[in-house]
Amino acid sequence: MQRGTAALLRCARFLGELQPRRISSLETARCFSGAAMQAQPSAPEGYDGTAELKRMNLFTAVNDALHIALDTDPNSYIFGEDVSFGGVFRCTTGLAERFGRHRVFNTPLCEQGIIGFGIGLAAMGSRAIAEIQFADYIFPAFDQIVNEAAKCRYRSGNQFDCGGLTIRTPYGAVGHGGHYHSQSPEAFFTHVPGLKVVVPRSPSKAKGLLLASIRDRNPTVFFEPKGLYRMAVEEVPIGDYETELGRAEVLREGSDVTVVGWGAQMLVLERACDAVEKEGVSCELIDLQTLLPWDVDTVAASVSKTGRLVISHEAPITSGFGAEIAAKIAERSFLKLEAPVARVCGLDTPFPLVFEPFYLPTESKVADAIMHTVSF
Amino acid sequence: MSSHATAATGKEGHGAGVLDFPGARFSFVNELHVVPESTPTPIPCYRVLDELGQLIPGAKYTQVSEELAVAMYRKMAVLQSMDLVFYDAQRQGRFSFYMTTAGEEAINIASGAALSDLDTIFAQYREPGVLLWRGFSMLQFAHQCFATSGDLGKGRQMPVHYGSKEHRFHTISSPLATQIPHAVGAAYHVKMSPEDACVVTYFGEGAASEGDFHGAINFAATLEVPVIFVCRNNGWAISTPAREQYRGDGIAGRGQAYGVRSLRVDGNDTLAMYSAMKAAREMAVTEERPILLEAMTYRTGHHSTSDDSSRYRGAAEIQHWKLQRDPVARFRRWLQGQGWWDDAREEELRKSARAEVIAALDTAEATDKAPLRDLFTDVYDAAPPNLVEQERQVRAHVAKHRADYPDNVPLD
Repeated sequence: MQRGTAALLRCARFLGELQPRRISSLETARCFSGAAMQAQPSAPEGYDGTAELKRMNLFTAVNDALHIALDTDPNSYIFGEDVSFGGVFRCTTGLAERFGRHRVFNTPLCEQGIIGFGIGLAAMGSRAIAEIQFADYIFPAFDQIVNEAAKCRYRSGNQFDCGGLTIRTPYGAVGHGGHYHSQSPEAFFTHVPGLKVVVPRSPSKAKGLLLASIRDRNPTVFFEPKGLYRMAVEEVPIGDYETELGRAEVLREGSDVTVVGWGAQMLVLERACDAVEKEGVSCELIDLQTLLPWDVDTVAASVSKTGRLVISHEAPITSGFGAEIAAKIAERSFLKLEAPVARVCGLDTPFPLVFEPFYLPTESKVADAIMHTVSF
Repeated sequence: MSSHATAATGKEGHGAGVLDFPGARFSFVNELHVVPESTPTPIPCYRVLDELGQLIPGAKYTQVSEELAVAMYRKMAVLQSMDLVFYDAQRQGRFSFYMTTAGEEAINIASGAALSDLDTIFAQYREPGVLLWRGFSMLQFAHQCFATSGDLGKGRQMPVHYGSKEHRFHTISSPLATQIPHAVGAAYHVKMSPEDACVVTYFGEGAASEGDFHGAINFAATLEVPVIFVCRNNGWAISTPAREQYRGDGIAGRGQAYGVRSLRVDGNDTLAMYSAMKAAREMAVTEERPILLEAMTYRTGHHSTSDDSSRYRGAAEIQHWKLQRDPVARFRRWLQGQGWWDDAREEELRKSARAEVIAALDTAEATDKAPLRDLFTDVYDAAPPNLVEQERQVRAHVAKHRADYPDNVPLD
């Protein structure tokens, strides 16, 4: 694999990235105005409006959730490469010091070992929170996730399960990650009955969805948008709350077109919706949040209202999860559709370094697709 | 571990010394030193009984009582009967697939007998004897092979994929070696719990080539968990002989490279296997550290009912192992030498075992297959909307086309 020099490089790069001033100009130009993202308008589920709020970025929100998870369940463990010192993205900062090195520990550098170990730990009744350092490196563990974790309950007739397993892994474009520090491999896992697949878009969602994933009684792959770890900042409720899995969230209501995405792409979609609304197009923006099992009803209800659907994700378009959404909505809402379902996605190339802005489903590509769809 | 200082001792002469590397301390030499690929003497193989079932003079082993010895022998014989009758039943087309444990009965039963019922098992597929030893009934084996409503796995897996929570035996999956890291994770749970137990994982020498083996043993060493790795080195991974599977001193020879203790034992010697496993368990439990046990044996049967091993190995080799080195006959000779067994009891045991196996097969065969609802349950803890919808669709479709679907699967 990519060990040795490349491994050092990847750590150095991303440790470097942790310095806020080293965000690449490429990335800034791509989708961020340079300022931190502002809070989403909707309050997290379980938040009654009275809890104290604290301004956090996304990695701090993940870290906060992990503290709560370990604090509320003494039978829970965090492990993976480099998690003990806080992780290359700082998500596990302070956990080993607070909960001890028997509950937060480094493993050897072996993804299939990490997930296999986590399955066994969870199958005994523990809560196993595994970190795969980059989603690009999850593939050595693919067999363990697909053939073992996902089938553990089914094949044993519900005698055993590894529902306590949660796999956290950073995914997605950052502006300089190239082939192996940028990918969005979520669709591979949505093809596997027995798994749940979750992708948060913001700090408050990351906290609520991660706590829900950790406590869910099914193995869950939790993709963290690493491009937002520092970039996304918002008011996050202090304390323990969960955001329900399997439920999409309508971020803004509209009447002309339904726009669906998840994770970091939600920011791009927000901006695209803002842009076309200036042209008089009313967008209904939906964050899927959980990709498996996904909330068909919410999307279908929206498309029944708007008659149009645009789906967008960073992963390559062919066999991406957008294809599943398009097929399902064609089946459920065929007579309501007034235009073909549009998909604005990554290209069918490996993730390219210098060509990243061309590869990505950018704000302008999405806006063009929306305009094309509403004028079809 | 110190990872910072250099400490040149100068004892090795000019340019030599000792340097602390992260995790280790090495001396320097000023001539190129190439380590050979093997040691002059391979790790020896521990045995207690010779091939005639005679106690080897001076052999050190864990004493077994008459009661335990007879119980082990009985289970080995029952395992043989199960294999013979189940194999024939599969060949007659009564169920789809089977794998025998022929030649490896001592590893199965003696290792199982050396454990505590509190110990958790992650097995491959040629260790049903461990489950048999723990009290999994013949009828439960038969229900699994026939995929009936009595199968604990609810008819979802091929035959021989047994599992039983009651017996702390995690359900078998077909992919090789995937269970090995599970055992390490489970052992971490055991280490963190007050229970005085360990975890045992079984696999073949072929499976030990998979990355999961290497990852798992390295994790076990670094995380210091009470796990016993039991490799059944039976010489053949389907058609691939051990000499094409690895170089070096077998599987036991890898232990030291990973910082894990290891031992090699004659897997066809019940007393040696029992003693070795007992000692391994003691080390694992009291010291909370892993140990690797390589049991040398021979697969005298085919890989599975889908395999014909005469295509890749000689009849003489198989006959030699069947006639000269059979673990069951060897242990019986020792038992008879002790005066704990005789021909009359043997005849009675073989008769009753065969009758029990046949009765279990007949009962399972006459039992309904697992019901249709079991197709949809247990994918998740609760069925998500897509599965609720698909169950409704399948039921509506089957109601319309009942004749196109098996009539032995109840629709409830």
